[in-house]
Amino acid sequence: MTLIFDIAWTHVTARLRQTLVGIFGVATGIGFSVMMAGLLEGSQKDFIRQLVDSMPHISVTDEQREVPAQPATKQFDVVEFRSLSTETERRGIKNPLALMEALESWFPGAVAPSVATKALIRSGGRDLAVSVIGIDPKREKTVSKLASQMIEGQLDSLYKASNAIILGDGLAEKLGVSVGASLSLATTKGAPVFARVVGLSHAGNRMTDDNQAVVLLKTAQILDGRTALINEIRIRADDVMAAEALANRVERQVGYKSTSWQESHQDILSAFQIRNAIMIMVVGAILLVASFGTYNIISTITHEKTRDIAIMKSVGLRSATVRSIFVLEAAMIGCAGTVIGWILGYMLCVLVGMIEFRSGFTDMTHLPILYAPKHYALAGTVGLLSSLIAGFFPARKAARVQPVDIIRGAS
Amino acid sequence: MTTPLIEARHAGRILYGEITTTLVSDITLRVMPGEFVAITGPSGSGKSSLLYLLGLLDIPTEGDVLVSGMATKSLDENHRADLRLAMLGFVFQFHFLLPEFSALENVLLPMRALGRLTDTKKRARARELLTTLGLADHLWKRPDQLSGGQRQRVAIARALANEPSVILADEPTGNLDTASSAQVVSILRQIVNEEKKAVVIVTHDPALAAKADRQIQIVDGRIANESAPGDQAATAAS
Repeated sequence: MTLIFDIAWTHVTARLRQTLVGIFGVATGIGFSVMMAGLLEGSQKDFIRQLVDSMPHISVTDEQREVPAQPATKQFDVVEFRSLSTETERRGIKNPLALMEALESWFPGAVAPSVATKALIRSGGRDLAVSVIGIDPKREKTVSKLASQMIEGQLDSLYKASNAIILGDGLAEKLGVSVGASLSLATTKGAPVFARVVGLSHAGNRMTDDNQAVVLLKTAQILDGRTALINEIRIRADDVMAAEALANRVERQVGYKSTSWQESHQDILSAFQIRNAIMIMVVGAILLVASFGTYNIISTITHEKTRDIAIMKSVGLRSATVRSIFVLEAAMIGCAGTVIGWILGYMLCVLVGMIEFRSGFTDMTHLPILYAPKHYALAGTVGLLSSLIAGFFPARKAARVQPVDIIRGAS
Repeated sequence: MTTPLIEARHAGRILYGEITTTLVSDITLRVMPGEFVAITGPSGSGKSSLLYLLGLLDIPTEGDVLVSGMATKSLDENHRADLRLAMLGFVFQFHFLLPEFSALENVLLPMRALGRLTDTKKRARARELLTTLGLADHLWKRPDQLSGGQRQRVAIARALANEPSVILADEPTGNLDTASSAQVVSILRQIVNEEKKAVVIVTHDPALAAKADRQIQIVDGRIANESAPGDQAATAAS
C-alpha cells in the first residue's frame, strides 16, 4: 500500500501545477454546490417559516369534506331525489368550548377560537374590503405571533374599548388612520359596527398587513350575525412538521374540516419539490463539470506516464496495482478538493449571507442561508465519488498498457 | 538432470493485423543456471522479440516458454507478472528508470512490490547493490542527475534486487561509451560467475557477444546459428 501511495504521491506532486488546477476544479464545484444548496434550502426554510408564522398550523373550519346527507336521503331508500328543497343549517362550529376542551385534553399544542369574516371598512371617504378576524386575545397569544407583531398598542388593548379594532399597518396607511381613529365595519349578514383603532400590527407579509383587521370574538360574531358560534378553531402544534397527521386526527374527532398548513399550501410545497429537483440537477451539473477536470488530469498523467507504467509492469507490478496508483491519485485530488471546497463553500455562504437584499413583499434584509452539515457531506461525497469515477477510467486504461508495446516502441 | 531456468519450445510470435508479421518463429532453446547467453543478429531480425518472449513480457502465438519447467502460455497476466517480479530481472537499452525516483528508490521498487523483506533489509540490500556497482555516492540522485553508464548500473541493480534466477538484457550497452560498456559487461559476467545466475543478453556488438558462453544468432526470426566461444564453425540450428 505504501508503494502505491508513494508512487501516486510522487506523480501528483511532480505535476504540481496540473494537480492544483484539478484540486481547484473539484474545490470550486464543491464550494459552489454547498453555497447553492445553502441558499436554496435557506430561502425555502425562511419562506416556510414565514408561511407557518402567518397562520395557524391547523385550522378547523365550519365545513365538512363530504357533502352532508340530507334528511330525505337518510329517511328513504331511494336512488335520487329531484326538486327537493335541501335543509339549510346555520353555519358555524357548534359547541366550540366543549370541542376545544376535548382537543386540549390530548393535543400537543394550543387551541384558540376565532370568527373569520369579510367586511367593508369605511373611514373618511374610503371603503376597503378586508378580512376581519375575531379572536380571544388571551388564547390567541398561544396560537399566533400577533402579540409580538404589534407595533402600536397591545393585543390586550382590544379589551379597552367597546368594538376595538387592530389594523395591519399597511391597511391603516391605506385608510389614512392611526390609533384612536374611529371607523365603521359592515357585512352583508350582520349589523354594522362602529369601531375604534386601538393598535397596529406588522406581520412582515404584505398580504396580511394590507388586508387584515383583528377584533374581539364577540364583535366579529355580531358582524357576521352568528351569536355564540365561531367558524374557525385555530391550532398551533408544538411540532410544526407533525401538523398534517395531527390535522387528520383532529378532523376524525371533531367532524369538521381540519386543514393543516401543509394542505393549505400544497401548491407552494409542490413548487418547492420541483425547485429541489432543479437544485439537485444544478448541483449535480456543477460537480459533473468538476469531475471532468479530474478526468482530464488523471488522463494527462496516465498519458504522460505510459512509459513509467510499462516500466512498473515489466518489473512485475500487477495491473490492479497500477490501476490503484491512478485511482489513488484521483482520490488525492478529490480529497484535497473536497476539503478546500468545504472551506470555500462556507466562505461563499458567509459572503452571500452578507449581501443586503430588500423586497417589497417581505421584511427580509439579507439572503437567507442554511448552514447544514448535510450539504457539506452530500457535496463532499458526490465530489469525491465523481473524482474516483473520473480517475477510474484513465486508470483502467493505464492498467491495460502492455509493457512490450511501449518498450518495443522506445527501442 | 538440471531444469532449465528458461526454455522455449518451438515458440513463435506473429502479429496479426492488416499485414501479418512474423516476429520470431519456431524458437527452441534452453538457458541453464550459470550460463551467459548472447542473442545476436542483424537489426529487425527478432532478437528483442525473442527476449520479450523469454521474459514473459509477450505471449507466444505458437509453442510455449517454460520458466523453471512451468509452462507460461496459459498463465493469466497476474501470474506472469508475479513470475517476472520474483524470477526475472530486466535491463533495457534505455535504462527505463522511474524519472521522479532516486536511484535508491528505483532499486527498492521491485523489492517493495514483492514484499519479501522487511523495510530495513530492503534498504540495506538496495544500498549494498548500488555500492557494489560503484554508485555509493549517487543513492539519492534522480536518473536525470546520473550519466548514461550510471543509469544503466542502477538498472542492473534494480534487475538484481529480488535475486532473480535470470537477468535479461536488451542491448544494455547500446547507448554507452566504450568504458561504460566494458564496465556493464564486466558486471554481468560477474553475476554469472559469482552468483551462478543466468544472463541472456541481446546485442549486435560482436565483442560483447564474444564474452558470452553461448551465442544464438537470429536471422529473419529464426535461430540461424548457435555457437560457443572458440567454435570455428557455426552449428546449423536444427
